Amino acid sequence: MPLSQEALEQARKLIARYPRPRSAMLPLLFLVQAEEGYVSPAGVAEVARLLGVTRAEVGAVATFYTMFHRRPAGRYVLSVCRTLPCRMRGSDEVTGALLERCGIELGGTTADGMVTVEEVECLAACDGAPVLQVNYENYERTGPQEAVHLVEALLQDEVPPPTFAADGAVTEPSSAAASWRLAGLGDPPARLSARTAPGEPDRAGGASG
Amino acid sequence: MSADASPPPRVEPVSVLTSRWREPRAHDLDRYLELDGYASLDAAFERAPGDLVQLVKDSGLRGRGGAGFPTGMKWGFLAKGTGRPTYLVVNADESEPGTFKDMELLERDPHALVEGIVVSSYAIGCTQAYVYLRGEAGFAGRRVARAIEQAYDRGLLGRDIRGSGFDLEVVYHRGAGAYICGEETALLSSLEGERGQPRLRPPFPAVEGLYTAPTTVNNVETIATVPWIVRHGVDWFRSMGTERSPGPKLYSVSGEVRRPGNYEFPMGVTARQLIMEAAGGTDEGTRLKAWTPGGSSTPMLTAEHLDTAMDFEGVQAAGSLLGTAAVIVLSDRQCIVRACLNFTRFYAHESCGKCTPCREGTDWMRKILQRLEAGQGREEDTGTLKDICDGIFGRSFCALGDGATSPIYSALKYFRAEFDEHVRGGGCPYPGARVPAGAHQELP
Repeated sequence: MPLSQEALEQARKLIARYPRPRSAMLPLLFLVQAEEGYVSPAGVAEVARLLGVTRAEVGAVATFYTMFHRRPAGRYVLSVCRTLPCRMRGSDEVTGALLERCGIELGGTTADGMVTVEEVECLAACDGAPVLQVNYENYERTGPQEAVHLVEALLQDEVPPPTFAADGAVTEPSSAAASWRLAGLGDPPARLSARTAPGEPDRAGGASG
Repeated sequence: MSADASPPPRVEPVSVLTSRWREPRAHDLDRYLELDGYASLDAAFERAPGDLVQLVKDSGLRGRGGAGFPTGMKWGFLAKGTGRPTYLVVNADESEPGTFKDMELLERDPHALVEGIVVSSYAIGCTQAYVYLRGEAGFAGRRVARAIEQAYDRGLLGRDIRGSGFDLEVVYHRGAGAYICGEETALLSSLEGERGQPRLRPPFPAVEGLYTAPTTVNNVETIATVPWIVRHGVDWFRSMGTERSPGPKLYSVSGEVRRPGNYEFPMGVTARQLIMEAAGGTDEGTRLKAWTPGGSSTPMLTAEHLDTAMDFEGVQAAGSLLGTAAVIVLSDRQCIVRACLNFTRFYAHESCGKCTPCREGTDWMRKILQRLEAGQGREEDTGTLKDICDGIFGRSFCALGDGATSPIYSALKYFRAEFDEHVRGGGCPYPGARVPAGAHQELP
């Protein structure tokens, strides 16, 4: 079962929040991602069962949105903005430096399951270009060198404070915890904090810390 | 712009929507209440809902999400007597490139949105509202979720708000990464658990929206503006801005300027004042080459257009659109073809795929721009780009396709020679088009 008993109870709560169950589709997919580290085939089937729709319908939705991972994501998902205001401030160098340091391809995850690096479109923080996110929290004006320092800390499981830490911004301790919060369920349970992606032994590369 | 037009007068910055942004604890309900937060509720509950709709109509408030449709009129279109609920859906899916006003508002002053939701819902007879907030907004997400929770705890949401007899539930809902969900009908599809694809209008959401019930979808800044109008009135609101574009407005300025950020001005501030003064002008040693008035979906303008009044009419007269009032500044270090390639890749990635002209056309254009940059351009490429734009513009369900043509049409209009240079010179003549990362000037 992709969803634990605890998660199933949360799923029912999410469904009850809307006049029509299907509105809970994105929250449930985030919940599956929190539990499984990605939107797994079994998770898709579970959401289909909970909502009374076909797996194809759930799959069609899951593949439409960029935040649903189709293979296990690292504990820390690093998203580099690639849209013009960030590109003009060198975000391609940021991506390049991160990939080189991690020894992975774009979209890949380190062999120890700690870090995934992806490029995304405009993150609505263009005054802080180049913008990098860790588990959807902003690290603004982060050039290639700062980005490498950041990822080296993350590979050691240390999370440097985000740009607005002094104002109260907090980086989620894992991408699974971030997904739980995105489901609309508030503070994630502690068990999700230390979640790493299951190793992918068939994948090449993946320098660890 | 007409040739005889003299530049619009200078205006002073205002502090309305940003008035609490420098208060470090304004996001917390106690501090927000000390700062006269939720004062508009009592003023609103004393009046009949219909009077409030009329008030917003009279204020001339126009939607701050990009289209600029009059808010009061939009509310007035809501179907009545249907026996169905009326829904307010707040569009907090801000993702137009260059736009970051709603996120900062939600991070610094999230109760301003909640207060706006209560007053607006009361006005339109809505007892169930939704906030659709983009997924990638970590900090804003925490702030909004907490503000809603605090409002429930203090009886500012829920049953019988402040003894008014008015009930309101608010559901907080996160997007999952899709630019198109900022389009109101796509947002509704997404909120119903579908792929975020736009719907054909009519029927408009005011008649058949969420769950086919009458629905209004309003931008964050729009809703956050409503309490100010309720508290201070139409004359006060109209004392800022212009006759047809009244009120204060948040402008996002980014790109190669010394002080990127959000700036609040009365509508109609000139681009010159915004870019060259407020944002400090372009980076040291550079000159302004091009700028977008309202995000990547609005045609680029040039240094010739700096006296444009940044209101709906002024920008239109200059041949572009105010859009989300997101000014992206490009200096003379930037290659216009490369900028177009970046934007076009964005649209090709974000096209939802429903309409063929947009789905196919954006990717064809991306390929052509790619080869121009790579030195494999052909003489006919600029003509082909224009033909593809003609094939997309006005031929898709929603504004995404139209928006995708804006960078290209405008670049061909003002910088045609640069495209030709790419073809004849065998590639991009701007080796230094990209400046080193983190090359911002420090804030003073």
